Amino acid sequence: MRRFSILFLALVTLLAIFAPWVAPYSYETQDIMARLELPSVHHWMGTDTLGRDLFSRLIYGAQMSLAVGVVTALFALVLGTAVGTLAGYKGGKIDSLLMRLVDLFYIFPSLLLAILLTLLLGRGFMGIFLALGMTAWVTQARLVRGQVLQAREMPYVESARALGVPTIQIILRHILPNIWGPIIVSLTVQIPANIMSESFLSFIGLGLQPPLSSWGTLANEGFRAMHSYPHLMIFPSLVLFITMLAFNSLGDILRDRMDPRDQGMG
Amino acid sequence: MFAYLLKRLIGVVPTLALLLTLVFFVLRLAPGGPFDSERAFPPEVQAAIAQHYHLDQSIPAQFLLWTKDLLSGNMGESFQYLGQSVSGIIFTSLPYTLILGVLALLLSIIFGVPLGALGAWKQNSRFDRFAMFISNAGVSLPNFLVAGLLVLVFSYNLGWLPPALWEGPSSLIMPVITLGVRPVSLIARLTRASMIEVLSEDYIRTARGKGLSSQVILFKHALKNSCIPVITVLGPITANLVTGSFLVEIVFQLPGMGKHFVQAVLNRDYPLVMGVTLVYGVVLLMCNLLVDLAYTWIDPRIRL
Repeated sequence: MRRFSILFLALVTLLAIFAPWVAPYSYETQDIMARLELPSVHHWMGTDTLGRDLFSRLIYGAQMSLAVGVVTALFALVLGTAVGTLAGYKGGKIDSLLMRLVDLFYIFPSLLLAILLTLLLGRGFMGIFLALGMTAWVTQARLVRGQVLQAREMPYVESARALGVPTIQIILRHILPNIWGPIIVSLTVQIPANIMSESFLSFIGLGLQPPLSSWGTLANEGFRAMHSYPHLMIFPSLVLFITMLAFNSLGDILRDRMDPRDQGMG
Repeated sequence: MFAYLLKRLIGVVPTLALLLTLVFFVLRLAPGGPFDSERAFPPEVQAAIAQHYHLDQSIPAQFLLWTKDLLSGNMGESFQYLGQSVSGIIFTSLPYTLILGVLALLLSIIFGVPLGALGAWKQNSRFDRFAMFISNAGVSLPNFLVAGLLVLVFSYNLGWLPPALWEGPSSLIMPVITLGVRPVSLIARLTRASMIEVLSEDYIRTARGKGLSSQVILFKHALKNSCIPVITVLGPITANLVTGSFLVEIVFQLPGMGKHFVQAVLNRDYPLVMGVTLVYGVVLLMCNLLVDLAYTWIDPRIRL
């Protein structure tokens, strides 16, 4: 199961990166003679209402889905770490102000806020990733703050402070490298969560707009033809499902490896 | 206790105010307007419409007007459904969303807690592995796949349940399952984890030493204490149910608030978006308050 997860994720990533070379067809080539075909040797997953090859569209969809997931997670990582470190290290008024902001975001369904933000930012790649990122950093900030609060009291930080090391250097060279473990593990939760959110938004019609397509938009298109051509809905959602499973089990592996109670990794 | 409750209830007000202000300005600054259409209206008609809905005034002025109306209990008129008040739309659609949410929450507690608790009780048994597999899969399942498969099997193939629209209580079955899969899995995982921790506590060993039966230990001592982490996630789960209801109500064409929210956002129906956001805000903040109150009830050591 574990080996399968890593293999599957590697395969999906490679397919997405090399999409133009590995996809049997372009994602927009329409073949009117071959509309709504069932899976066959020529079209492994069949074709859609416009005669486009579903397998190729899934590979290109993987590009968009993975890109949104990774870029959003990195954005949230940077912003969340900055806010979390500031709040955790400085404490006092700055801390309580920042945390109040974080709490406000935390109570509200992040997707509800993301939907409203996409109105402002547009529904292209940038708009979606910013809207999701603006809501995803909150979890990261909470995590980092908690870690910094603990690390701040450690003897090595105290001695660095006593030696007169500048604050910024204490944070960058002493604190952050020591709390890296849990943050990396949290990425394995963040990336799939963002992929899922994006496909959710795209599925209900508030995410990416055509011609951009992700697994969510493909599932949405498939859903409309589901009565007669269920494969159009099942393939995209199934690929998404397996990807989510693989990410979750990857997260479990990392969590086990990095459990601070096992060794001094945390 | 009463003082605490009052303090919390008062604390809700600034949070809501901040949220509504934020949403109001985001909506107005977003490109596109409620009365944009393919064929432009003549300018004098546009001006008349703008004047009727106060859209010709500055955004801060509109905000003040809206706030004044809200404080006198008036949420305005929908732009999209002419002549219908926002409160009227919410009144007719809220029951559907509430019933969906409450049933899905009940489903997730009724199935999630026993699945996790029994798994922990018989750790690493075949049942435990089965339960863990189910809940791992459940967390990863996109809910449109659940919805799609349910419709395919129970509506198209077997013809047992209506695929969409409200046709009486049987229309609730598939939406509630779709909405519940994720919370069931989350609760099962959490219950199992915290149950395993609780089972190694001293008081469980004491209870065993006293010779209490395993049922009494499981239900009276262990289960209650392992509920605390589960209660913690009820807040996020409620938030999850709110967004889940968007999808479920669209897919199954149910006339609930989630569907109105999505459509209102697309149509820039400002008053309706604001009204629905307000209701969601109140519901979520109340749920968080209830969660905090539930802590004290479960664990008397926690004081508020």
